[in-house]
Amino acid sequence: MADHKRIDEVTGTVTSGHEWDGIEELDTPMPRWWLWSLYATIVWGIVYVILYPAWPMIHGATEGVLGWSSRGQLEAEMQADAARRAPVMNAIAATAIADLPAKPELMQAAVQGGAAAFRVHCVQCHGAGGAGVKTLYPSLTDDDWLWGGDLATIDYTITHGIRNPDHKATRTSLMPAFGRDGILDAGQIADVVSHVRVISRQEKPSASSARGAALFEANCAVCHGPAGEGGREVGAPKLTDAIWLYGGDRASIAATVTQPRNGVMPRWNSRLDPVTIKMLAAYVYSLGGGEKAPAPALAAAAPEGRGADGQP
Amino acid sequence: MASPDDLTGEHGSLYAARKGVYPKKVDGPFRRFKWAIMAVTLAIYYGTPWIRWDRGPHAPDQAVLVDLANRRFYMFQIEIWPHEFYYVAGLLIMAGIGLFLVTSAVGRAWCGYACPQTVWTDLFQHVDRLIDGDRNAQIRLANGPWTAEKIAKRTVKYAIYLTVAFWTGGAWIMYFADAPTLTHDFWTGQAEPVAYVTVAVLTATTFVLGGFLREQVCIYMCPWPRIQTAMMDEKSLLVTYKDWRGEPRGSVKKAEKNPGAFGDCVDCNQCVAVCPTGIDIREGPQIGCITCALCIDACDSVMAQVGRPRGLIDYCTLDDAATEKAGGVAPPIRKTLFRPRTLVYFGLWGAIGLAMLFTLGQRTRLDLAVQHERSPLYVQLSDGAIRNNYTLKLRNMELRPRRVEISVRGLPEARLWIDGGSRETARQSLHMPLAPDSVTSARLFVVAPGDGPARQDFAIAVRALDDDPRGDREIIQFDRPGTEP
Repeated sequence: MADHKRIDEVTGTVTSGHEWDGIEELDTPMPRWWLWSLYATIVWGIVYVILYPAWPMIHGATEGVLGWSSRGQLEAEMQADAARRAPVMNAIAATAIADLPAKPELMQAAVQGGAAAFRVHCVQCHGAGGAGVKTLYPSLTDDDWLWGGDLATIDYTITHGIRNPDHKATRTSLMPAFGRDGILDAGQIADVVSHVRVISRQEKPSASSARGAALFEANCAVCHGPAGEGGREVGAPKLTDAIWLYGGDRASIAATVTQPRNGVMPRWNSRLDPVTIKMLAAYVYSLGGGEKAPAPALAAAAPEGRGADGQP
Repeated sequence: MASPDDLTGEHGSLYAARKGVYPKKVDGPFRRFKWAIMAVTLAIYYGTPWIRWDRGPHAPDQAVLVDLANRRFYMFQIEIWPHEFYYVAGLLIMAGIGLFLVTSAVGRAWCGYACPQTVWTDLFQHVDRLIDGDRNAQIRLANGPWTAEKIAKRTVKYAIYLTVAFWTGGAWIMYFADAPTLTHDFWTGQAEPVAYVTVAVLTATTFVLGGFLREQVCIYMCPWPRIQTAMMDEKSLLVTYKDWRGEPRGSVKKAEKNPGAFGDCVDCNQCVAVCPTGIDIREGPQIGCITCALCIDACDSVMAQVGRPRGLIDYCTLDDAATEKAGGVAPPIRKTLFRPRTLVYFGLWGAIGLAMLFTLGQRTRLDLAVQHERSPLYVQLSDGAIRNNYTLKLRNMELRPRRVEISVRGLPEARLWIDGGSRETARQSLHMPLAPDSVTSARLFVVAPGDGPARQDFAIAVRALDDDPRGDREIIQFDRPGTEP
């Protein structure tokens, strides 16, 4: 086919000699500067290979005289970002946690930083947005707190954890396994459940609940309070409200009385720095259930435990 | 026309060197029209960023500003936010239809008069004439040896190229920041690196594209000549050599010796000499012709000198060419300009423009966007009530601080508060301040009694507490237990 080269009459250009059903291809010469731009890209390529990592070898690539690497760039960017955040982080570190809400900009920065840390460390149990998991992990967005919902108390809970083994300052309490250990028999448990459902306004008073009231007084009131109002010093939940971590129906309450869960949360002061914990506390506080500064009686309970571990 | 013998000649090379184009100076109505368009377009380009426009204390006072850092686009009294980018899309659609309109009516007028490549090439060719002299002097200098004079002239010429190119790049960045401030920062080394990089890149491209590549851009790089060729029809104006009148060519002397044997073309080559893309229009319509009409000016002045009627080369449609060739008289030009196709294009173009102006006038400058937080969808509160959380984005697009009221409708006994508030202080509506020309984000907590439908629609509304009570509202869900997330 290539011997059919000819000069096209209309354009005056030589053809390539290829022809398909009468359609021919012009062999228009490329402009010379086009060739120069090809050479320029070749030169660029050589310079790039010298300056940057390029040739794959057995143990990595050639390094390039600039010493650039994507890991190095990431590290530099992370350092620059840490330096950029340093003033805010230092300010948060220097502010007592209870004073954070008085400084809205600092509080906002803490909430944002806490949200980021929450997504890494906390969502596995407490769920995205602190929604909690029914029958397993408490919601952090409601207005009911086992151990207290003001900033300092939340901070203490995150720092020391709940029932964290081998940690003196951890929050701890143990609800007896009334059923499993034979403290109450099945009938007595049913009576206590009736009483609890009466004080939480789920059932009408009955003979069973009347018997349960006496049992409650003897066995439960020491932690949960005489009226079932809960006891935050020992993390005993309020039994009169609408919030039931492990379920508020008869079977669930009976199961809890028979064999309580005594949920565990790890302490975080071994893994996170105090500023991050502070920001986490601010974030959890901001989720909608944060409580005002604690009443003096409650405030006294939290700091007492702190000295034992030497933690701030 | 090439002959088969050329197969062994220069056609053997795969690469063709650029043939120099040294357009001759010319005068005439089209040249003066091109001067005017060049003056206007360059004045718009260089001058626009320096026009001031007072918008008060909360916005920049530059009339045309693309404020990328703050995501605002200002054009005189119009301010466009990123979510209103469809206005820019509308402008681009208008530009597209405008090009269809122009192309179907007057062919490649964009290429010949208004395209930046054409305007800057024209400018640089005037620089050539200023330094090197007219066409013949330029050719002599280009082919001559590298004497001291040539080196000096080249140095001066390229220095002027560079100055124009730098000025071009420098004007571009003024659209993206306050022009006087940026000029000061630029010369004191305080401007952002991107400003210097942009100026450097645009200086380089202007220098190379305007100074050297010129018509090569139109012939090899630009898709527009190909697209336009497809958009033209038999009634689009083309720069046409009227071969039925001009051929066969012959000098005035030959024509005097043999009356009637020659056409009007005296083969003076002036049309080729003045062409900025170096083509011969007498070969017919071709991709290299940008329809700048300078050959019409050149030919008309020659025809005047030899005492023949003007218009041997003229704007002419393919239909008119056929009519004239057959001896008929072409209809007046307005008949080809106003035909259904151009009128439809113009109608579309105008309708889009009017619709945009109308919507611009109707804009509410207070806008609410609500997002229902999905994790958790609802929160059970200890007294049995249910709380839902929402993220509010309140756009105050006016250049003044405003106070607004947030309220809910269609959710009985609802109470609401935002960050920093609490359920104890919650009410049925709340007031909050909005900073001028900014977006305010807030987390809205809404509490309602626990008994009610699992999923309920209600409205969150915002209204301003000043002289302009217009506002915005959004329908959103309130979820209670029983909702499957």
